[in-house]
Amino acid sequence: MAKENKNCLPAFDASKGIEFGIYTLGDHLINPHTGKRISAGQRLREIVEMARLADDAGLDVFVMGESHQDYFVSQAHSVVLSAIAQATKNIRISSGATIISTSDPVRVYEDFATIDLLSNGRTEIVAGRASRVGLFELLGYDLRDYEALFEEKFDLLLQINQNEHLTWQGEFRAPLNNAHIIPRPLKGQLPIWRAVGGGPGSAVMAGRAGVPMYMAHLGGPTGAFTGTIAAYREAARESGYDAAALPVTTAGFFYAAEDTLTALREYYPHINEGMKFTNGQGFPKQAFAQAQDVRSIINVGSPQQIIEKILYQHEQFGMQRYVAQLDFGGVPFDKIRQNIEMIGTEILPAVKKHTAKKEN
Amino acid sequence: MNIVVISSSKVGTKTQTATKKVVELIQAHYPGESLTLIDLKELDIVFSDGRNYLDYSGDTAYVTKTVMDADVLFIGAPTFQGSIPATLKNIFDLLPQNALYHKTVAMIMMAGSPKHFLVAETQLKPILSYMKANIVPNYVFIEDKDFHLQKIVNDDVLLRLETLVENTLVLARTYAEIWRQQEDSYDF
Repeated sequence: MAKENKNCLPAFDASKGIEFGIYTLGDHLINPHTGKRISAGQRLREIVEMARLADDAGLDVFVMGESHQDYFVSQAHSVVLSAIAQATKNIRISSGATIISTSDPVRVYEDFATIDLLSNGRTEIVAGRASRVGLFELLGYDLRDYEALFEEKFDLLLQINQNEHLTWQGEFRAPLNNAHIIPRPLKGQLPIWRAVGGGPGSAVMAGRAGVPMYMAHLGGPTGAFTGTIAAYREAARESGYDAAALPVTTAGFFYAAEDTLTALREYYPHINEGMKFTNGQGFPKQAFAQAQDVRSIINVGSPQQIIEKILYQHEQFGMQRYVAQLDFGGVPFDKIRQNIEMIGTEILPAVKKHTAKKEN
Repeated sequence: MNIVVISSSKVGTKTQTATKKVVELIQAHYPGESLTLIDLKELDIVFSDGRNYLDYSGDTAYVTKTVMDADVLFIGAPTFQGSIPATLKNIFDLLPQNALYHKTVAMIMMAGSPKHFLVAETQLKPILSYMKANIVPNYVFIEDKDFHLQKIVNDDVLLRLETLVENTLVLARTYAEIWRQQEDSYDF
């Protein structure tokens, strides 16, 4: 008998198939095909417009991450998500990820509960540890506390979610004495996910806490990531939770065009040049060429090929939600629009149909 | 070709002398190539704390970025406690795990005794392989007695250094051409 999970788990209707969304990290990079970069203001407005298009196309969720590095406009990601709440009607709105380590969980909760009320209960939080660490110095934190900061503040965020009044004491924030933390979200709690990248260590922590897992991946074979998901579910089981009830989101590069070669040709320069700026290393062309194989996790190709890949990934992962990063590296807005159209008209219906759990 | 020569000792002068000789040979035989000598003795490098290499500052950022931008690396190292020096291992630790992908890497090892001949083979090559380097198979091993007053006095060593420089540049240029043809074949 599994123990009660006090965390707020997002509800998924398996009979409708997996959820499909898009995510952006709010990168602000040169379009390598033209050598030009739009202004920060235009990029921000286009992100809001991208969410609106995704809403119109019937996508389930729009996700935006926080970054404080050069070549990004997503420092105040909750402000952007708030604008998106106003511009959209049905689509769920999520961070991905909020860097909880360098933020005050009380303020984060106040912001996202407010967005939830503004959006009529459509808001979620994905909390992460940051893959780049410039924000520690910027915001006055010590990188040596990288793990401790996250674990303490993430746990506090979960406690705030479960308790409108909270008494709490920790190492990295002033104590809370029966503090009244408002506003409360529409349904009382927000779904809060743990962001996981790289190895299984962080996935195990997500499983032990009984929280949903949001797993980002760059490239490589799909099979290389099954271990992380297995480690997550195993850790949840060992901690007494019903692992089957814990949802998983997978997130990665996505680009559709009328045929595979066109997709590779158009998207590769964005990824390769963009990653040189943001990570300091390009993306090997040989590895990108393998996207043509259904077993590669990079969802780039014709709509039909992408459908096959997502179905393969669903077989391997059993995820409840997939979110696509289709705007990285200065992709021009007409291509973003084209991609969202292809998702809405071809990819999403097919993926939902084939992943919908049939009644026995 | 962007060539970087690393002198990885903070002790004495032999690694410095050998790497300066490599620089001279490259300048003499390949004058058109971009060339940088990094002498760790002259720089103040912090220990790796796991952050992305772009996120360091000062000399550390200079070294990580210079190495990442290189097409060809010549690594000169002394032998300490039967292995490579910690100063050099720290440079590797500061970089991403596949940092040496598509880089051609050559080794010049200094030692006080011929008993250390296999240190490059057993200690340095595995790290370079792990980091995806294209390793020049043969390295130059130089003993204390081959130096005198900051000069290499063994002609055999000098000729072996010439051979190493030539083989490294031939390999690097050949790899570059192979990779160009390979990438063209993808047609995107």
